[in-house]
Amino acid sequence: MDMTRRAALMTSAAIATSVLLPAGARAQETPRRGGIFTVHYATEQRILNPSLQASTGVYIVGSKIQEPLVDLDAEGRPVPCLSESWEHSADSLTHVFRLRRGVTWHDGKPFTSADVQFTAMEMWKKILNYGTTLQQFLTEVQTPDPHTAIFKYSRPMPAGLLLRAMPDLGHISPRHIFETGDIRQNPANTAPIGTGPFKFVQYERGQFIIADRNPNYWRDNRPYLDRIVWRVVGDRAAAAAQMESGQLMFSPLSSLAISDMQRLGRDPRFEVTTRGNEGNARNNTLEFNFRTPQLADIRVRKAMAHALNVPFFIENFLGPFAKLGTGPIPTTSPDYYPANMPQYGFDKALAERLLDEAGHRRGAGGVRFQVRLLPAPWGEDIALWATFIQQSLSEVGIRVEIVRNDAAGFLRSVYNDHAFDLATGWHQYRSDPAVSTTVWYRTGSPKGAPWTNQWGNTDDVLDKIIDDAATEIDPVKRKGLYADFVRRANTELPIWMPIEQIFVSVMNRRARGHSNMPRWSSSSWHDLWLAS
Amino acid sequence: MRILSLALKRLAASLPTLVFILIGMFLLLKLAPGDTVDALLAQMGGADAKVAADLRSFYGLDMSVAAQLGNYLWRLVRFDLGFSAIYGKPVSTVIIERLPATLLLMVSALSFAFFFGLVLGVLAARRVNRWPDTLISTVGLIFYATPSFWFGLMAIVVFSVYLQWLPAGGFEDITLGHAGIARTLDIARHLILPTLTLGLIFLAIYLRIMRASMLEVLNLDFVRTARSKGLDETRIVTRHVLRNALLPMVTLIGLQAGTMLGGSVVVESVFSLPGLGRLAYESVVQRDLNTLLGIVFVSALLVIIINFLVDLVYARLDPRIAGGG
Repeated sequence: MDMTRRAALMTSAAIATSVLLPAGARAQETPRRGGIFTVHYATEQRILNPSLQASTGVYIVGSKIQEPLVDLDAEGRPVPCLSESWEHSADSLTHVFRLRRGVTWHDGKPFTSADVQFTAMEMWKKILNYGTTLQQFLTEVQTPDPHTAIFKYSRPMPAGLLLRAMPDLGHISPRHIFETGDIRQNPANTAPIGTGPFKFVQYERGQFIIADRNPNYWRDNRPYLDRIVWRVVGDRAAAAAQMESGQLMFSPLSSLAISDMQRLGRDPRFEVTTRGNEGNARNNTLEFNFRTPQLADIRVRKAMAHALNVPFFIENFLGPFAKLGTGPIPTTSPDYYPANMPQYGFDKALAERLLDEAGHRRGAGGVRFQVRLLPAPWGEDIALWATFIQQSLSEVGIRVEIVRNDAAGFLRSVYNDHAFDLATGWHQYRSDPAVSTTVWYRTGSPKGAPWTNQWGNTDDVLDKIIDDAATEIDPVKRKGLYADFVRRANTELPIWMPIEQIFVSVMNRRARGHSNMPRWSSSSWHDLWLAS
Repeated sequence: MRILSLALKRLAASLPTLVFILIGMFLLLKLAPGDTVDALLAQMGGADAKVAADLRSFYGLDMSVAAQLGNYLWRLVRFDLGFSAIYGKPVSTVIIERLPATLLLMVSALSFAFFFGLVLGVLAARRVNRWPDTLISTVGLIFYATPSFWFGLMAIVVFSVYLQWLPAGGFEDITLGHAGIARTLDIARHLILPTLTLGLIFLAIYLRIMRASMLEVLNLDFVRTARSKGLDETRIVTRHVLRNALLPMVTLIGLQAGTMLGGSVVVESVFSLPGLGRLAYESVVQRDLNTLLGIVFVSALLVIIINFLVDLVYARLDPRIAGGG
């Protein structure tokens, strides 16, 4: 299993980078203390507290200051962070976390199980997006002593799911700061207090955020850096120029233009890589609205999938940062990725035949029917992909009108008003299909919840697989159920996910000890250092 | 005293327009699909329906549009601009934080454009239809026709990336930790490129207006009289012509101060400056009504003040205008 992951990592890294030094030679260097690390912050968030908001825009800052119970190692396996060890009861209703001793908050107060209890019950269960779903059946957190937190569930919680979700959805906030007043309006949400390697110093909206080295950090002699500065740069071209002029050292998560990332990849001063982002895989989607009569017909959906020459699009528009997608579970998730699922290769003749069979003959001007396509406004690749869909479908006689909206307008039109025929955006995979992915397929989701099933279809078979997998405790059976899930999803095709991408990091080569685990941009950076 | 009463009269006359604009903006933003919670969900990467409903009630979006508008206007009467959804602080605080950068950029760009527009316009008018005039007019036309984002990016590529003379963006370099005079100089260095980028387009307009206005005044009777008195050409231009030719320039500045307040979105984005333009753009994208209306309100006040100052300058330049009151 590790070999598969490694192989996948090596290929993407090898394509995306031209490595100057052999990896082995660099590992020999002794880490150096000191230095200021400057980070490109492309989209400012309203809050920086990762116990309240699960998004990469929060993690890129907040996870250096606040820490989760569990983190991931280089191979993507759960490792201790604020929790030193854990045990699970046989019925998976009880999960015990033994907490690290001698850890203090940045204001000097001790970190205890009371903080874990408060964060889990008041923040993860009530406010944190994805957390509210994950912790839906959490009934209480018992704290027999200051270093033990016992999570009690009313339905079985698979240990693998809980541990894999913790690095993202398991950040702890200090109870003594948040217990009085409205949690959402607490000033510590934009001036966070944590246990992490860096202490919050200052946040000037629209300009920068500063965090300094925490001298009392629980890992001995860490962190190496003196300071991290996040600079707010909204314009992508300007950010590329700031990388070149040295004002920025790191631009995370594909925040630069595709052409700039390719250009900087050829520049020996920078490393441009997908390494360290394997946990942030995403698919470009094609979402179908079943309320549009033509699209409720499986033959039409299949015809559209067959009409798209995806390898051509990837080669000419996305370059080395993308590959052919095979369905809702990406290859970067070796624990669940199923091979040999139903696929839809480029076959124009087949597409035409399917459309004819469905009764949509070419009419005046060779047009069979017309549909609206709503592209999400984030990401240059989505705009290119939307245009490619438009042109590919016109080849088989479907006229596509592209309707552009900003972020709020897109979410409202597609996931609340259902005012679309086709939509396209990103499906972002978050470590376990039950966290991020099955909600796209499970029917019966209330309208208004973005990135859930709003397609207007019904599929009892798929719903049952999803529900069974969510509470299946046996890891082998769970993997089997998710293979069934992908097979069914790719057969019924309520959504098609034909492209798989991993976010790209652009890094100044002075930085060392980076990109060494699958969610590095969202990790604590305690071992990051700068060569002189 | 007379100035004060004039100022109050002006303010009173502008109030209905201001209220009309605010209500219009409110309704326009309400008509756009999606609200601030949709924008927040886009940032968060999703949440279930209950979280979304909680957030809507947190931002007061579960009330009817009429009630929301009524609340807003009632708060405005008490000079309360409300709470910003994006920033989680009072709108007045958010705007005051952003105002210095905007005003600094606006004043420096306007001064630059005004001074060089004036000098170049006069030069072109005095050498009309000869090579200096052709050169100045052509360069002006190029400045005017070039989009400012392109100008800005090219300036960054040349002066920051290749020559490394000036910083590529930001308001100041916080990694240096400057204070006092060193900090002032650092901010000035950061403002050179944005000032030039924003100023060049206005410079092009000013120099053309100045040239045309100079040519017009130069042909008037009193100039001929001055010439026939035997005054030398430089004295005629500086003492007699310039003062009269300045009137259209001053009018233009009054009009463009407003444009500059809102129109520097592009320059602020390219140079990552924390100004009002970017704030306004962000509040539209994030459907943050309170912040947007607050910016409109403050910008409108600024425009009213600037136009009032322009009126005072008119009176200085041309005493006949002051007589009309």
